[in-house]
Amino acid sequence: MTITLYEKVICDRAGINRSLSRIAHEIIEKNKGTQNLALVGIRTCGVHLAQRLKKKIFEVEKVEIPTGTLDITLYRDDLGSKKAPPVLKTTEIPFDVNDKVVVLVDDVLFTGRTIRAALGSLLDYGRPRAVQLAVLIDRGHRELPIRADFVGKNLPTGKDEKVKVLLEEEGEDDRVVILHSRREDREKPA
Amino acid sequence: MSLKRKDLLGLKELSKEEIGLILDTAISFKEIASREIKKVPTLRGKTIINLFYEASTRTRTSFELAGKRLSADVINISQAGSSVSKGETLLDTARNIEAMNADMIVIRHASSGAAEFLARHVKSSVINAGDGAHEHPTQGLLDLFTIREKLGRIEGITVAIAGDIAHSRVARSNIYGLTKLGANIRVIGPPTMIPKGIEAMGVSVHHDLKEGIRDVDVIMMLRIQLERQGKGLFPTIREYSEIFGLSKEKLKWAKSNALVMHPGPVNRGVEIMPDVADGLSSVILDQVTNGVAVRMAVLFLLSGQPSPAG
Repeated sequence: MTITLYEKVICDRAGINRSLSRIAHEIIEKNKGTQNLALVGIRTCGVHLAQRLKKKIFEVEKVEIPTGTLDITLYRDDLGSKKAPPVLKTTEIPFDVNDKVVVLVDDVLFTGRTIRAALGSLLDYGRPRAVQLAVLIDRGHRELPIRADFVGKNLPTGKDEKVKVLLEEEGEDDRVVILHSRREDREKPA
Repeated sequence: MSLKRKDLLGLKELSKEEIGLILDTAISFKEIASREIKKVPTLRGKTIINLFYEASTRTRTSFELAGKRLSADVINISQAGSSVSKGETLLDTARNIEAMNADMIVIRHASSGAAEFLARHVKSSVINAGDGAHEHPTQGLLDLFTIREKLGRIEGITVAIAGDIAHSRVARSNIYGLTKLGANIRVIGPPTMIPKGIEAMGVSVHHDLKEGIRDVDVIMMLRIQLERQGKGLFPTIREYSEIFGLSKEKLKWAKSNALVMHPGPVNRGVEIMPDVADGLSSVILDQVTNGVAVRMAVLFLLSGQPSPAG
């Protein structure tokens, strides 16, 4: 049973779009172009954001950046503690990661554990020259020494709040919301 | 969705949705085998015991690889060279294994019901890797996976299973699985090898190979268990082979794009001729490849249970 106490929209369609445009430019700027650049989205929302970034980078540089998809389920550190294993989807990295600069893309950066798992998974595919991290929202409360290179919005949150990124690709109106809800069985957020 | 059970004992008790979940999960695991590093850390720290009371190359290796690619520690125990040969009972062996905190036990045994017996008495997850003439669920699942991968669907297709149906756990698991997913099934063999009343499982019975494989999408050949020769099931191997062995000429009776499957080990020249086993229609080696992915999926989905230690 989840009781939602309040829900607040932090960012709308235009806001998300502006953040992604800026991140796309920053990625190009930091890497001095698109040479050896690749994007990898973390399922589920990160995949859509990576596709949007790819499009924006193409608009600026007229270059198609190789883009992949990562499912980190098998690398999670909390599998045994969950009552049911999450549904497993495929990982698709359709390019050689060796010597690439890989930009990991995720929607919300929170504890850092997802990124830790994503790094483990990505490095099993080869040895990238560098890995950078782009997130739409950084909400703080890190539990591991991980930081993002590109941030759409820094969002101070309470630990029991929830931040959700809703996207058109998942059948929602583009927006970022902050939820304060209470679960009866008080599950820890992933 | 998840697999909310401790053990995998047979396909009879699985729902259509549970079978679907295992097959879908296996797609992701198949991709891992194509990577340079064929290993993920998912089951790190878990212990899997392969307890094999019958000879096996494929199934044991497949389970061992599946466990190791998920980073579990896998130990193999076979009848020879263990205290099984000193007369220890199945239950005592299992309790000792459990006392060493094994998370999963994969068992193959000559007696039908051995896996279920074990599952009732130990807290570890038990996976049936073949029990007597009862079931061989992971073989059934990998067959379903292979058919779905090759034909794109299972619902509505017609599958012929030919050979010693009466003694075949592979046939039983496949019949349960295929009927749940909506396939039509024909069983083919001499009357001595078809159990009475098998129609109740929703299959049709044929004693003539030509009539049985006409227009089918899949032909599943079963191994003739040579050790059963001389028990009155069939007069001679040569006669069986003449009538029921699948040759290139006989294969023409089926659909032109029909799949030929065999659970192995193959008796070349007995139930299946070499040119068919190695022919274009044959997916026998795909079955073996898929076996590892399907078993990884089963180990992964069953590990969602709290470990016996915790």
